[in-house]
Amino acid sequence: MAARVASTVAGKLAVAAGQPRTSLWQETARRFRRHRLAMVGSVILVALVLAVLVGPLVWRLPINDIDFKAKLKGPSWNHPLGTDDLGQDVLARMLYGGRISLAVGIAAMLIAISIGTAIGATSGFLGGAVDHTLMRITDMFLSLPGLPLLLLIVYLFRDSLRKMFGPEAGVFILIVAVIGGLRWMPVARLVRAQFLSLREKEFVESARSLGAPPIRQIVRHILPNSMGPVIVAGTIDVAAAIIAESTLSFLGLGFPPDIPTWGRILYDAKDNLDFAPHWAIFPGTAIFLTVLSINYIGDGLRDALDPRKVLGK
Amino acid sequence: MSKYVLRRILILLPVLAGISVVLFTILAMAPGDPFEELATNPNVPPEVRMNLRAKFGLDDPLPVRYVRWMVSMVRGDWGFSFVSRVDVDTLILQRLPATLAVLGSALVLAILIAVPIGTYSALRPYSIFDQVATTLAFIGFSLPTFFTGLLFILLFSIHLDWLPFIYRSDISATGWRWYWEHLRQAIMPVAVLGLFQAASMTRFMRAAVLDVIRLDYVNTARAKGLSESTTLIKHVVRNALIPVVTLVALQIPGIFGGAIVTEQIFRVPGIGSLLIASILANDTPVVMAVTFIFSCLVLASNLAADLLYAWLDPRISYR
Repeated sequence: MAARVASTVAGKLAVAAGQPRTSLWQETARRFRRHRLAMVGSVILVALVLAVLVGPLVWRLPINDIDFKAKLKGPSWNHPLGTDDLGQDVLARMLYGGRISLAVGIAAMLIAISIGTAIGATSGFLGGAVDHTLMRITDMFLSLPGLPLLLLIVYLFRDSLRKMFGPEAGVFILIVAVIGGLRWMPVARLVRAQFLSLREKEFVESARSLGAPPIRQIVRHILPNSMGPVIVAGTIDVAAAIIAESTLSFLGLGFPPDIPTWGRILYDAKDNLDFAPHWAIFPGTAIFLTVLSINYIGDGLRDALDPRKVLGK
Repeated sequence: MSKYVLRRILILLPVLAGISVVLFTILAMAPGDPFEELATNPNVPPEVRMNLRAKFGLDDPLPVRYVRWMVSMVRGDWGFSFVSRVDVDTLILQRLPATLAVLGSALVLAILIAVPIGTYSALRPYSIFDQVATTLAFIGFSLPTFFTGLLFILLFSIHLDWLPFIYRSDISATGWRWYWEHLRQAIMPVAVLGLFQAASMTRFMRAAVLDVIRLDYVNTARAKGLSESTTLIKHVVRNALIPVVTLVALQIPGIFGGAIVTEQIFRVPGIGSLLIASILANDTPVVMAVTFIFSCLVLASNLAADLLYAWLDPRISYR
């Protein structure tokens, strides 16, 4: 509703200034496109996502085709990114593993955002003792040591989840849940801060005086207007989750060897650095490029969604 | 001031209690039984197993077990490593100095890089220097530590053969040579960790200086004739550091994560590599204790950040 009001106002102002009408989202998109590096990042990220989605259909070498004659070979026409110590094609493994790496990032981000929004919204809307308790809990979670705890949980629960859901799904669920469950705190704080200021705003007050029940005030009026910083935090969270998963796999405690996520390939490659550097450099670069482009996209979104810049440009 | 310190410590206690509850809950929820081997051993009758469980209090209600666990954790009675047959606290005390040395040097390196570069970037925003620094910072915190570590080994150990890539604690040389060898093997782990921290710290510093530089008291300082360097160091940087300390304190848990990875890559004999080794060897007492130590280290650095605030902004301790 407020978004609509704002867009009509913006539209009218634009008409008054003799410019074509633009909606709020078009305006945001326009500002995002002006951020050159964010655009470059988007292009690279889209290319990577397309590569892992379509790639395995085009590059049809199996990921576990063992060929000892071709082991630890550098890039060639048959194997554009070389082969590993079993002669398996690194490109095929990276395309397949990239799906898992990216899926972990997105799924963990969704969990983090859902928990964070729920806690932040409850805290900011109710206030008082609930707010105080939830924020103390958030502070406590912020001082938990992330990676050691992640390692501890994976260590303790890996086997039973594997038994329950099978080796792949079990590890996936565990890793996604734990990474997401340890990263919701910044989102909760952002959402709470937004709620604290928005719930006193006139448009929420008018909704309240028109008899909107609390849940409608939250879902229809406050939440859509507090999403800007959450989108930015969510973008950065995807990168952080990808790094967390790669770190786990790199330490040998993430996915099993038959699921070659980028971190897992690096783990396998690290002991052969001296004679097969390509094996480590390609997956490492894939992680780096993904994270870098996501970070730039996050930066662009932050500029584009920052309401203080609306009037400036 | 001492009242302020006391208050900060008192605030930390409930956090520590909360963290210990989380750790204990994870441990208690975890499947598996410490006497599992006995259960499958036909020579051990079930009554013996039951007696053992009762003796170690495994069947007591959860709160009782939590209190007992917490008391022994606080008293430093962390049990016995299954693998190395040593008390866990001895093991950790052996490993802790290496971790703290690497972490501390990396932090110093990060500050030495980030504060000057961030400040200079903010003094000339959008200049060539600023753009190069910003780009490098973005690259720096997008490069995961495990990949930087591998790239460093590839470049400095394998290609150039300048630095050793395995950290040794048993260097036989004596005198200056001993120090030199230690320094040489510490360069790469410290650089990997320090550059990673420096990258985000530079961004924070730049933003903070940009916020401060236009404030009235900076103009006042200039107007009353202070030299540019005094204005910068005493008025701009000192005030800009306050938000930077907050942001760096929030990153501390992540920095410990980086430390684990770095120790693992360069085989630094610290508690991070101890954690990984114990996990791979199913050495639960050590895993629990190291996780607990990491939590304590995070809290200790939060406390240090609070004290740093009070020093940077004396008004804080009067509140």
